[in-house]
Amino acid sequence: MDLNFTAEELAFRDDARRYFRKEFPAAIREKVEAGHPLSKEEIIASQRALNARGWAVPNWPKEWGGQDWSPVQFYMYQDEMQQANVPAPLAFNTSMVGPVIAQFGNDEQKKRFLPRAANLDDWWCQGFSEPGSGSDLASLRTKAERKGDKYLINGQKIWTTLAQHADWIFCLCRTDPAAKKQEGISFIVFPMTLKGITVRPIQTIDGGHEVNEVFFDDVEVPAENLIGQENKGWDYAKFLLGNERTGIARVGVSKAKVQRIKELAALERVGDRALIADEKFREKLAAVEVELKALEMTQLRVVAAERGQAKGKPNPASSILKLKGSVIQQQLTELAIEVVGPFAMPYQPVEAGQNEPVIGPDYATEAAPDYFNYRKVSIYGGSNEIQRNIVAKAILGL
Amino acid sequence: MDFDFTEEQRLLKDSVDRLIADRYEFEARKKIMAEPDGWSRDIWAQYAELGLLGLPFEERHGGFGGGPVETMLVMEAFGRGLVLEPYLATVILGGGLIRAAGTEEQQAALLPQIAGGKLLLAFAHVERQSRYDLFDVATTAKPSGGGWVLDGAKSVVLHGDCADKILVSARLSGNRRDRDGIGLFLVDAKADGVARRGYPTQDGLRAAEITLSGAKAEAVLGEPGRALPVMERVVDEAIAALSAESVGLLASMQELTVEYLKTRKQFGVTIGSFQALQHRAVDMFVSVEQARSMALFANVMVSETDAAERARAMSAAKVQIGRSGKHVGEEAIQLHGGIGMTMEYKVGHYFKRQTMIDLMFGTADEHLAKLARMGGLFGAAKAA
Repeated sequence: MDLNFTAEELAFRDDARRYFRKEFPAAIREKVEAGHPLSKEEIIASQRALNARGWAVPNWPKEWGGQDWSPVQFYMYQDEMQQANVPAPLAFNTSMVGPVIAQFGNDEQKKRFLPRAANLDDWWCQGFSEPGSGSDLASLRTKAERKGDKYLINGQKIWTTLAQHADWIFCLCRTDPAAKKQEGISFIVFPMTLKGITVRPIQTIDGGHEVNEVFFDDVEVPAENLIGQENKGWDYAKFLLGNERTGIARVGVSKAKVQRIKELAALERVGDRALIADEKFREKLAAVEVELKALEMTQLRVVAAERGQAKGKPNPASSILKLKGSVIQQQLTELAIEVVGPFAMPYQPVEAGQNEPVIGPDYATEAAPDYFNYRKVSIYGGSNEIQRNIVAKAILGL
Repeated sequence: MDFDFTEEQRLLKDSVDRLIADRYEFEARKKIMAEPDGWSRDIWAQYAELGLLGLPFEERHGGFGGGPVETMLVMEAFGRGLVLEPYLATVILGGGLIRAAGTEEQQAALLPQIAGGKLLLAFAHVERQSRYDLFDVATTAKPSGGGWVLDGAKSVVLHGDCADKILVSARLSGNRRDRDGIGLFLVDAKADGVARRGYPTQDGLRAAEITLSGAKAEAVLGEPGRALPVMERVVDEAIAALSAESVGLLASMQELTVEYLKTRKQFGVTIGSFQALQHRAVDMFVSVEQARSMALFANVMVSETDAAERARAMSAAKVQIGRSGKHVGEEAIQLHGGIGMTMEYKVGHYFKRQTMIDLMFGTADEHLAKLARMGGLFGAAKAA
């Protein structure tokens, strides 16, 4: 047992740190650090910067722009990126549809979609959840009927993140209504501009517009847009969900948040001293830091155990990372509210052309919206209750 | 970075695991507890044979030259077995203090005796008023005829009842809570002026109240008056070791509970089929894994020479171990139901041991406050 990194690993980390902090566009990092949402253009610029260095899709096969990294290097890449407040490349492109197409798509699909997905020339969104299919995703009802060389798609998706920006959607559709529910699903991709697609925004409790409902009304999709085999879509969906393993804990993001909270709590005054000098506040923060340090070590253990394991094989240990990681992220948003106190109250969304000065300190505006918004992290990607079901079955054998 | 054990470490782990499996069956443990010392001199001799009693010492002192990982392996196995022998008191604390503060002559004289199983030690630092502050020392040391004479009273001295020699913290100068002016003295347990009252602790291990009335010290360890940093370092080593023992306790409780959920039937089904209980079992598992991670962290950081960095890490580990321990222990009892309440079943014994570990060298709450005062773990911004 040797818990030190090798000289090569440390050199890689230093290089990643230097790139993210010195070369990556500073304006984007500052906006992320301040907790402000990025515009579509900024998200695209960010991914293109990463892609120019070959770092947008390191998890992909090498021939499609991936990197031949060890699990430790992947960990360092993510950790340094998160700690530097560099936004991760768009997950829908890079860790969801990209790996599925690279693994199960035909050559023509790979050539057509992968380079554009890596460079965010096409913005992808995910058509999985439906109003009646949340945790029980396999019960989905959106229909794709084969009509000659086309699929006719009817149904509805929900919680479609950033569909308002998307050029393409990857969609789970029922192609065999008679089969067992997991065995009649196909993975179909199509442009969001097709006739019959309606996107309706959903405003969430933070006041923002991230997610949408997407309606399909006799949408005609060329049959060549099927990925892999018909009725095998559930397998591809499981592969897709198993791909995101260690990054899900977002340890680096939480470490950056802890730093930020400490800096801001040094600026805020309680009576005649800084909030950071308040014992109760510091103990609450320290308690989260302890859990975060433990999670970081747990993550390293998972990373080390992954060496020699096949990619795309779901690791139930990632459920632990999700369970703890989500709760820690949520606790930090609570502390961020505590930092700004009453100035978390004014509702002041960022709107174009707005000239009014900010009420309270600049850094207060996102505290409450973040807290509200982050309730999602224990719900999406398989709710924490589903993660517990997975661990109970796969690890404990219950 | 590599979490795998070396071949040597695997061999060590196998032999310790085997010894504990052989000697520490639940019923056998009851008999060991009933022996006059409350532990087994016979098993102690086996530890010596295996090299465990000299594990962290250098080879020239009859040791094994092991590091924190080796200690961690042994302590985790001792946790699983609910071992009763004075390993922490003699090897980790006693041996640790002699290694850290003793002269070459003192080390050469004492460490081989420990390694051979011939010398039992205890560290007497707790006083009625001190709680967990190592520097809060009212016991006095006065120079006398070229040596030192000690007066005072020490409490809850782990395995102080059976120790051959006792390491005593005593004040040479200054006020009761000064960090300076503390010395570390070696006292023969049978010397004139030393009175001991031994007793079992809640977990079935042993401790003693020790009164010193003009007791003559056999030796002074390190520079008189400047013993505190050495004591702090060795207590950090003890915290790292206890973290590993805790992992053994917690993992055992979690595994026993899952086994029980799989076998206990009510309403015609195994109770492990109930989702309410499955989720609680998963939360226990997550707590154990977090504790295991922090025990690893503690054992990585225990050799850190920057005392403040090391202290931060040990406090963090003690917080996690304490919190995970309380959660896992209380849930283990609850999910077992009535059987968890009896002395006839193992899980309650684990719970009691874990509860005592939280009370040693500062509780989770004390260490959380300490960590907060030190500015936390990440970035460690100093309080304004």
